[in-house]
Amino acid sequence: MTTPKTLFEKVWQRHSVVPPASPGLPTVLAIDLHLIHEVTSPQAFSQLETNNLPVRRPYQTVGTMDHSTPTDPSITRDHWTVLDAIASKQLDRLDQNCERHGVPLHGWGSNDQGIVHVMSPELGLTQPGFTIVCGDSHTSTHGAFGAFAFGIGTSEVGHVLATQCLLQHKPKTFEVRIDGVAAPGVTAKDLILAVIAKNGVQGGTSHVFEYTGEAIRALSMEGRMTVCNMSIEGGAKAGMIAPDEATFAYLKDRPHAPQGAAWEAAVADWKTLATEPGATYDKQLVLNAAALEPMITYGTNPGMAIPVTDTIPDPACQPDAARPSLEKALDYMALKPGAPILHQPIDVVFLGSCTNSRYSDLEAAATLLDGKKVHSEVRMLVVPGSAHVKRRAEENGLHEVFKAAGAEWREAGCSMCLAMNNDKLGPGEYAVSTSNRNFEGRQGPGGRTFLASPLTAAASAIAGRVADVREIL
Amino acid sequence: MEQFAQLTSTLAPLPIQDIDTDQIIPARYLKITSREGLAEGLFSNWNDDPNFVLNVEHYKAAKILLAGNNFGCGSSREHAPWALLDHGFRAVISTRFADIFRGNSLKNGLLPVTVDQPTWHWLLEACERDPSTEVSIDLETCTLQLPEGSGIAPVGFEVDPLAKSCMLRGTDQFGYLLEHLPQIKAWVAEHPAPVDTRPIKSA
Repeated sequence: MTTPKTLFEKVWQRHSVVPPASPGLPTVLAIDLHLIHEVTSPQAFSQLETNNLPVRRPYQTVGTMDHSTPTDPSITRDHWTVLDAIASKQLDRLDQNCERHGVPLHGWGSNDQGIVHVMSPELGLTQPGFTIVCGDSHTSTHGAFGAFAFGIGTSEVGHVLATQCLLQHKPKTFEVRIDGVAAPGVTAKDLILAVIAKNGVQGGTSHVFEYTGEAIRALSMEGRMTVCNMSIEGGAKAGMIAPDEATFAYLKDRPHAPQGAAWEAAVADWKTLATEPGATYDKQLVLNAAALEPMITYGTNPGMAIPVTDTIPDPACQPDAARPSLEKALDYMALKPGAPILHQPIDVVFLGSCTNSRYSDLEAAATLLDGKKVHSEVRMLVVPGSAHVKRRAEENGLHEVFKAAGAEWREAGCSMCLAMNNDKLGPGEYAVSTSNRNFEGRQGPGGRTFLASPLTAAASAIAGRVADVREIL
Repeated sequence: MEQFAQLTSTLAPLPIQDIDTDQIIPARYLKITSREGLAEGLFSNWNDDPNFVLNVEHYKAAKILLAGNNFGCGSSREHAPWALLDHGFRAVISTRFADIFRGNSLKNGLLPVTVDQPTWHWLLEACERDPSTEVSIDLETCTLQLPEGSGIAPVGFEVDPLAKSCMLRGTDQFGYLLEHLPQIKAWVAEHPAPVDTRPIKSA
C-alpha cells in the first residue's frame, strides 16, 4: 500500500524533473507558469543576454506592468516619462525584453493588464496542480487553486527564463485548519490575519501551508486567494487549498482554461489532487472561525494583529526577546500600550492590492458605502486589481458609488500597497489598508498602516476612525 | 559572484527581530535595471538617525551584520542582498532567515549564518562591548570561530552543499542548472506545456 499523500506532495512529484543526486542537493523542478513584471525582471533578462541564452519556453511566461505604474487616470505614458523617468525606463525595458524574446505581455493600457496575481487567475492561466512562480513574494496567491506557487528572486527569474525549471529544496508541510463558520463581518482577510497573529511572521518558514477545514471550504475563490496571498506574511514558502467545485466553477470558460473535452479531462485530473485521508503534515495549527472577530494590525509586521475590539499590547507584558521589536513598532506607530485600537483616527483608506482588490472586495466595500460619505478628513483610494475588475465594477456602477461617497476611483495597479508610484502616505499619516504589509515606510516614508479587510476599511472610511464593521452591518 | 572561503571581520549589531526586505531596501530604490549602486538605499528608512549602526564610526567597516531573528522576511526582492553586498557586507549572522532572502543571498555570495540563541547573544554582547571584536567564518568547514579567550568552541552552521561549492568557487548556481538541460529536454518531450500564455480572447 502506498503512503497517503498531501496535495503539496502530489504537485511536487509531478514536477520533479531531476531528483536530488545526493542528500542536500536540490531537485530540478519544472515550472508550468512564470509571471513577470517590470521591477524584478530586467536584471534577469540581462543575465540571459550575458550568457547568450534564449527564453526557453516564452509561452509559459507572461508579463504585466503593475508595481510602479501610476493609477491616476489622467496620467498618460508620455506624461509618466516626465513625472518618473526612472520608473518609465524600467517599463520600457519590459516592453523591449518581451518583444525581443517573444514573451506575451499585458502592458500599459492593455485590456488584460493588472496586478500580476489578479490578472493570471482571472485569465484562467492559474490552474490546479501547476507550479507557478514570479519574482514577487505574493505569488503564494495562486495556491488558492491547488497550485504550488511561490515567490522567487531575480536570479531565479533568469533560471526560469533560460530553462523553465528551478533548483528547489523540498519544503515541509504545515496544515492550517480553520473549522467552524465565520460570523458576519469576519472575512477571508480576518482569517489569515488571525492565523499570522497566532503563528507568528516566522512560523511558516521552510513550510508550505495547506489550508483546510470548513471555514476555508466556505470561502469563494477570491476569498481563498486573499488567504493564500498572505501565506508569505506567515513566513511560509507557499499556501495551498485543494481544488473543489468552487475552483472548477471559477475556472470554467476562462480564456486560458481548458475547453471542451480537455476541460472534462482536466477536472477529472484536478479531483485527484486533494490530500488523501491519513496523509500527515510536519506541523499543524487549528483555529475556530466562529471564535474570530474582524482583525486589524497595530504594529509594523502582519503578525502584530488583534481583534478590532481589543487593546494594543503592552511591551512590559511581553517576553524579553519580543519586547524591543514591539516597543520599536509602537514608537513608530505612535500608539499607546493598553489603548483601544477602535476609534483611532485615520487619514487615508486604501482599498486595493493583490490581497483585496478583486471584484468581490470592491463590491463588499461599495455595499457599505452606498449612499454614505467618506469622512471629510479621510482620503479614500479605490484601486481595482486589474483592468477587468475595473470594467466589471464600472458596468455594475460600483465606481459611481465610490465616487459619490467621495472616494478616488483609480486605474489598476499595486499602487499604495508598496508606494512605488506617486500613491503614498505622508509622514505620520495613518491608513486603514486592505493590503498585506504594514512594514515601516511600506506605504510611504513615515506612513503608518493598519491592515484590515475591505469591510473594515469601508466602515473606517465612513467613521474617519478605525471602526467595527459589525456595528453597521 | 565573488568567491567566499574565509572571512575575518568585526560585526555590526542590528538586534531587531523580523527585519523585512522593505527595511533593507525600500521599494522606491527598485526602479533600476541593473544590480549596482544599491548601497545608497540600504536601511534608508533608518539611516537618518546618526546613532543608527551603519552611521557609527567603529561599525562602518564591518563585513558581517549581526541581525535579529527572522532576518529578510517579506518581499522577494533580490535587491536586498545586492544592497548589503554593495555596502560591503559578506555575511549576515542571525538565529533564523526568511526562505527567499536566504536563497537570494546564497546566489550572490552573501553568506547567511544561522546560529543558536546563546551564540547570538554572546556575539551581540561582545560586539556592543568591544566593537573591535573579530570573528572568523570558514565556509569550507562551516564553522564560526569566536575570538580567543571567549572560551567558546568554534560554532558549526549549515549551508546546503550546492550553495557552498558555488560560493567557494565564486560561481553562481545557473551553471549547475544548465548542466541539466539534457534531462530537462527529455522531460519536456514527455510533458507537453500545460498552458499557452499567448492571448486567446478577452476574458
